[in-house]
Amino acid sequence: MMANKPGILLVSHVSDIADGLATLLGQVAGDVTIIAAGGTEDGEVGTSFDKISAAVEKFEEDTILAFYDLGSAKMNLEMAIETTDKNITLYDTAFIESAYTAASLLQVDVPVEDIDKQLAELKVK
Amino acid sequence: MLSVETVTKWMELFGEQLTENKTYLSELDTAIGDGDHGNNLARGAAALKEKLGANEYEALTDLLKDVGMVFVSKIGGASGPLYGSAFISMAKASKDNDSLELADLLAAGLDGIQKRGKAEAGEKTMVDEWVPVVEAVKNNSLTTETIEEAVEKTKDMKATKGRASYLGDRSIGHLDPGAMSSSLLFKTMLEAGVYDGK
Repeated sequence: MMANKPGILLVSHVSDIADGLATLLGQVAGDVTIIAAGGTEDGEVGTSFDKISAAVEKFEEDTILAFYDLGSAKMNLEMAIETTDKNITLYDTAFIESAYTAASLLQVDVPVEDIDKQLAELKVK
Repeated sequence: MLSVETVTKWMELFGEQLTENKTYLSELDTAIGDGDHGNNLARGAAALKEKLGANEYEALTDLLKDVGMVFVSKIGGASGPLYGSAFISMAKASKDNDSLELADLLAAGLDGIQKRGKAEAGEKTMVDEWVPVVEAVKNNSLTTETIEEAVEKTKDMKATKGRASYLGDRSIGHLDPGAMSSSLLFKTMLEAGVYDGK
């Protein structure tokens, strides 16, 4: 049996954006666990530490690549990262393009170090 | 005086002010942000009231930590992690330190905010309220005027951090909502007797 690939966590202010992006990535990365944490707990626009933390704990994978849309998503993500034992890397990269790149590469078992190099070019924040 | 009693009072008054100014804070945020600052903080205030009502605190650090965790969980947005980090950082500073001065406590809070939000003074954020207040507490010179002037100064600033930064020059001429809510924090700090000029 193959070891688990790293998972992908998508955090957006809007649940439709996070869920939609997960659908997009699913097309190229059927074997990668992709979990979306969009919007607040009551479905409003925003990001929620509790919701992101719950999403993190849903992963069976210990290594997670995390992508986000805007600044406050990053802050809530960082707090969730500080309160978990999982190994999560946060990317300050273009949300859609970089998550898509990572998903495509994880699907074909490219090592995270190599993915990092490719994502570095997509840094926008 | 810095004590469980005065800080509890402080948090009660701060919560009341957030609830009272909910619409105003959201209006400020509508001009240059996403318009949810007042609503988010009012939700945090309601949760804080419940938390404080259900617990008795013996140590200041436990009280500050609970305030921080409520803010992180219930405020959401950018201000949840920012105010949350401030209070969690203050909780850490007050742990096993009975002789902690208010200036050091607030400096720890500011440090928590800056580590989380990566903002410096002059970027039109709540940091522009915290920096002069921390300085004034250090120098024993904090007044209501200090607090209000600091908010006013954000009006002419161009936002380079936070949601307002997307507006560039168009952010000039508006008060920063985060600085405004922080001014309520510090006014209620005076009112609750946490600051006594010592």
